[in-house]
Amino acid sequence: MDIKNLIVDKVRNQFGDSLIEVVEFAGDLSLTIDSKKNRELSEFLKSDPELQFLMCKDVTGIDWGTRKNRFTVVYHVYSFQLNFTLRIKCNLEGEETKIDTVADIWLSANWYERETYDMYGIIFKGHPDLRRMYMPEGFEYHPLRKDFPVLGIPNSLPLPNKID
Amino acid sequence: MEKQTDIYKINDEKIYKRLLEDKDIILDDALENEMVINMGPQHPATHGVLRLVLRLDGETVLGIVPELGYLHRGYEKMAEDMSYIEFIPHTDRLDYTATMCNNVAYVLAVEKLTGIIAPKRAQYIRMIISELSRIAAHMVAIGTFAMDVGAVTMVMWTFREREKIQEIFDLVAGARFTTSYTRIGGVASDMDNVALKMTKDFLEELKPALDEMDKLLLKNRIFIERLEGIGVLSKEDAIALGITGPNLRASGVEYDVRRAKPYLYYDEMDFNIPTYPEGDSLARYFLRGDEVRESVKILSQLLDKIPQGEIIANDPKRVLPHKTEIYSKMEELIHDFMIINFGINPPVGDSFFSVENPKGELGFYIVSNGSGHPWKMKIRSPSFCNLQAIGQLCKGAMISDVIAIIGSLDPVMGEADK
Repeated sequence: MDIKNLIVDKVRNQFGDSLIEVVEFAGDLSLTIDSKKNRELSEFLKSDPELQFLMCKDVTGIDWGTRKNRFTVVYHVYSFQLNFTLRIKCNLEGEETKIDTVADIWLSANWYERETYDMYGIIFKGHPDLRRMYMPEGFEYHPLRKDFPVLGIPNSLPLPNKID
Repeated sequence: MEKQTDIYKINDEKIYKRLLEDKDIILDDALENEMVINMGPQHPATHGVLRLVLRLDGETVLGIVPELGYLHRGYEKMAEDMSYIEFIPHTDRLDYTATMCNNVAYVLAVEKLTGIIAPKRAQYIRMIISELSRIAAHMVAIGTFAMDVGAVTMVMWTFREREKIQEIFDLVAGARFTTSYTRIGGVASDMDNVALKMTKDFLEELKPALDEMDKLLLKNRIFIERLEGIGVLSKEDAIALGITGPNLRASGVEYDVRRAKPYLYYDEMDFNIPTYPEGDSLARYFLRGDEVRESVKILSQLLDKIPQGEIIANDPKRVLPHKTEIYSKMEELIHDFMIINFGINPPVGDSFFSVENPKGELGFYIVSNGSGHPWKMKIRSPSFCNLQAIGQLCKGAMISDVIAIIGSLDPVMGEADK
């Protein structure tokens, strides 16, 4: 059986209607899943003996700007057994910017989720150490959001006061 | 002699008196208490602007918190505001020890998204420069790693070899360091016979040089004892932490993107994937040396097999025409104008493409909305993920081991901090 069909069948059997969309583009397989099911799906993908997606290669977000469901969280996970990289997408509904963490399922997601939080302001519920990754603590903006200008906001990073 | 002791005694007494007067100074013995110290962000052994906050009990590390963000240049944000071609020079600045590898990775990612296929000769040239770049990067890694633990001669020897590669790059790309050599659909200029001959000569000189380097270090007891059994990373932990590249293979996982998901013509090459079961700092050192030897093997095959032909694809709507033709033909001028001003417009969709870089797996996740610049670009940089292991590796180690462990992971902050 083709690897892609195997994954889609297994996920569909397990999650049914929560699997919103299956897209194949440029040879990549993306599964869009209900954002409330992301932990369950992660646990399933990791522990299923036929799939064994043991490594989380990347977590990031997409800001669609004006779209109704503005943010999408994207995971890239890899299975050594199948030699396959799978993309999982979770659309965050409405103004919601919260999703459950998967940092305890895949350790590597810890920093990636922090990075996504820093850049997009998406809050990962239950994350053990949700701090800013690159920007200073207390910086009020999230730079990769589309409404943040490329040249930055003047005075958003205050300079230290002059010593008298 | 007695007099001198007295002087010291008096001095000490004075200092203690002063210290007792000063209420802000705590006189507890620092080594009998836990203390928190900063290493970096400006520290010669942290390989760039990496800050580590260490909690120490004497010289033993109880905990460690790595902090990034001192370099952050916002490349992902910038990528959203420039065309696909304009971003090529910025990929040089990611892992600046392996510029060519980054160039190749990026254009391959864009080519995957757009469906452009570069001619065979261009693909071969890309492989040659990637492997040369890998050797250069490993030379820097080995040299600076040895220097971190005290073997300073090594860094001069490895930089001597790297210098020869930089000269080849100078001839091929016109720049030694910031090469920006690849183009979407091919490479910027052909690799002529002089450059191929230089590569061949370099490979012949490299083999004895590598043996010499091994002799220099592996008879050095200090070097071995400072690395053996230090910073052990198990197979399971390495996978869970998302470690890739030499650091993963030194923990015994035989995973190399060139074999797992062959790109270019790596599937036609005969080479091994070295692995070590130990997972300690010494294994990571050995592994890089072995990889250099495998790269030499690949390069010799490439030099024998390199075909003749074009170096850039003939796809006027999406690939830049030759400069000479732009100056003499109207059609080419129009195409050049259109590509530069409006960009190549990949179809709507997203794709993830990764290659095996000297530091690990470098991936580009590009989301296109059909316009000339990416809607989103995420760089999956290996150093970022590899650094995440520091916390685990350093726990319980001595403070001097921290230096050895950072060196063995070989992070490049340009890539970790993007």
